[in-house]
Amino acid sequence: MRKIGLLVAGVAALGMALGQANVIKIATQSPLSGPQAALGEQIKLGAELAVEEAKAKFKALGFDLVLVPYDDQANPDVGVANANRIINDPDILGVVGHLNSGVAIPSSEVYARVNLVMVSPANTNPRVTDRRLPNVNRICGRDDVQGPVGAEYAFNNIKVKNVFIIHDKTAYGQGLAEEFRKRFEALGGKAVAFVGTEETSNFIPIINQIRGARPVPELIYFGGIYSQVGPFLKQLRERGLRTRLMGGDGLDSSELVRLAGAQNAAGTFYTTVAGPVSAFPKARAVAQRFKQKYGKDMEGFGIYAYDSAQVILTALESAIKANGGKKPTREQVSQEVRKVKLEGLTGTIEFDDKGDNKKAKYFVMQVASGGNWADNKLIRIIEMAAPGAR
Amino acid sequence: MLEQILALLPQVIFDGFILGFVYAMVALGYTMVYGVLELINFAHSEIFMIGAVVGVEVFRYLAPHMGNGFLLLFLALVLGGVVAGITAILVERFAYRPLRKRGTTNRLVPLITAIGVSFILQDLVRLIEGLWHNEFFLRMRTVEDLEGSVELFGGAIFAQTKSFILMGVSILMLLGLTYLVNRTKLGVAIRAVAQDLSTASLMGIDPDRIISRTFLIGGSLGGVAGVLFALQYTTITPYVGFLPGLKAFTAAVLGGIGNIPGAMLGGLVLGQLENFFGTYLPILTNGNFGTEYKDVVAFLILILILLLRPQGLLGQVVKEKV
Repeated sequence: MRKIGLLVAGVAALGMALGQANVIKIATQSPLSGPQAALGEQIKLGAELAVEEAKAKFKALGFDLVLVPYDDQANPDVGVANANRIINDPDILGVVGHLNSGVAIPSSEVYARVNLVMVSPANTNPRVTDRRLPNVNRICGRDDVQGPVGAEYAFNNIKVKNVFIIHDKTAYGQGLAEEFRKRFEALGGKAVAFVGTEETSNFIPIINQIRGARPVPELIYFGGIYSQVGPFLKQLRERGLRTRLMGGDGLDSSELVRLAGAQNAAGTFYTTVAGPVSAFPKARAVAQRFKQKYGKDMEGFGIYAYDSAQVILTALESAIKANGGKKPTREQVSQEVRKVKLEGLTGTIEFDDKGDNKKAKYFVMQVASGGNWADNKLIRIIEMAAPGAR
Repeated sequence: MLEQILALLPQVIFDGFILGFVYAMVALGYTMVYGVLELINFAHSEIFMIGAVVGVEVFRYLAPHMGNGFLLLFLALVLGGVVAGITAILVERFAYRPLRKRGTTNRLVPLITAIGVSFILQDLVRLIEGLWHNEFFLRMRTVEDLEGSVELFGGAIFAQTKSFILMGVSILMLLGLTYLVNRTKLGVAIRAVAQDLSTASLMGIDPDRIISRTFLIGGSLGGVAGVLFALQYTTITPYVGFLPGLKAFTAAVLGGIGNIPGAMLGGLVLGQLENFFGTYLPILTNGNFGTEYKDVVAFLILILILLLRPQGLLGQVVKEKV
């Protein structure tokens, strides 16, 4: 018994010793392996760039700034396990992440236990902030606006009346598709069908349904991720169907073009909450540094992750000052984040009482025909406030 | 509603055959191994996946240098079959044979080994592809020659060249296998080992060699099916084998496991069921049940069939060996 007591004391002492006085860590959590790694890596690298650039400034304040990336594999279980490791590292004072709402929701509840602040560049499900956790914030838009933005563009601008809706049965895809359908029907359009699928290779049954659907659908709306939509598009076009396709920010990856083929993907519409570099004049210089450093193009979520990290860094700075130059507590950082008013690459960032950005941007995009993702046409930017919690 | 169903029916049946032939080819691998070893070789779905990956890689590297798409496909089929067949032999040699030599009588042990091997192969392919191309989704390259399509029966059926190739190749392979098993010396030996392993070895048959060849044949069929699957459905991941493998195994049981014509029939029935319900469920249920329930319904029907005929469609009730 006594031995165990000693051991516990020893471990506790070790834990305290591990918390270093002058080190501040910022964690990222996003999928770095597996099917969605292309999007997740942008989040990690965007945040890393912001942290690298702030290192000198924090050195002057007496702190070593470190970025610690975690791989949540787009899997809620892994995300929660990582979150537990994160809260046990006392040096971590902020989290940038996640990519998937389904992972962010349970993980953020772990952070909430110690009031560790999370700023999300990418989570769009309304429930992320509607739970009113004091530590959860996002700078991107929400699906209950993103879906309607797509619906309005489809009805008013593309002028389609009949839509075939598909979703991937996840919190993200199904939620988005439902919001789309609600607004589209309210405008007077018709959802010819509303089907879910977890298929990843054989989309023929759905394509046959589209062929047989009456009235003939003029647009297909797909609430899902590029990994599913890409092969779907390829098979659809191979079968001679030219029906236009629209989706949400899950399509916002150059992988879509690779999987579908440039010709097949050309002309696809997607709404996104993270605009491309071309939408933000201020991002151009940062994107160049990004390309130099990592040899990759900076895409939407990279820019938003950069800004998310900026939010945390700004809050850290004011928390350090308020704390008389000493390392602040997680609680203090969390409170400071809600007070931040920042001109980021993506525009003004300021949080409402739920943690939503007061004015988030939504983009309607169209895939270019050349196959180069950076050439995609930005059709429209809509700035809209988050709706009140329901 | 009926009109809508009838309008699509020819297309649905045609597509069901394509899927069914893929299942049939994979099911043969399960049924042959079960026939000789009474082992459910779950790693066979990964053998199928390896065939698909080899197909993608052959297309990736050779398509720019070869003018003829059919020749390219032939090469991919041969290589896919060979690599998958060799992998199957290696799996047998290093995972199953040691257990057999130790005389493990518990049937669950080789089964668990099979599941383990299956995970190992998945992650091995994922690792290799990750290091090689840093890609998770492998996309089959499009080759002009193979991309043609025709409309049959006044547009009722939209058929692609590659669908015909898939059906043609699988029918050839199925006929070839039937011939091999029924008419050749190796076939006689395989059947003898399947009947009674120890007696067969007393008759001058080396059972290890026959088992190895059985794995080679089943594995190559699976590999060829993988290449054709990749050609047809275009996107491949290291985990793509799991569901088709599970369904092919079901097809083998449905047809009567251990029975070669049964596995083919089972594959075709399952392909038709899955495709039929995948397309028609939303129409039949007025949108209440979507395509996502196609497997549930297909498997419910399979359970019903097996309740009525537990030995499978073409299976025979096994008599006590005397």
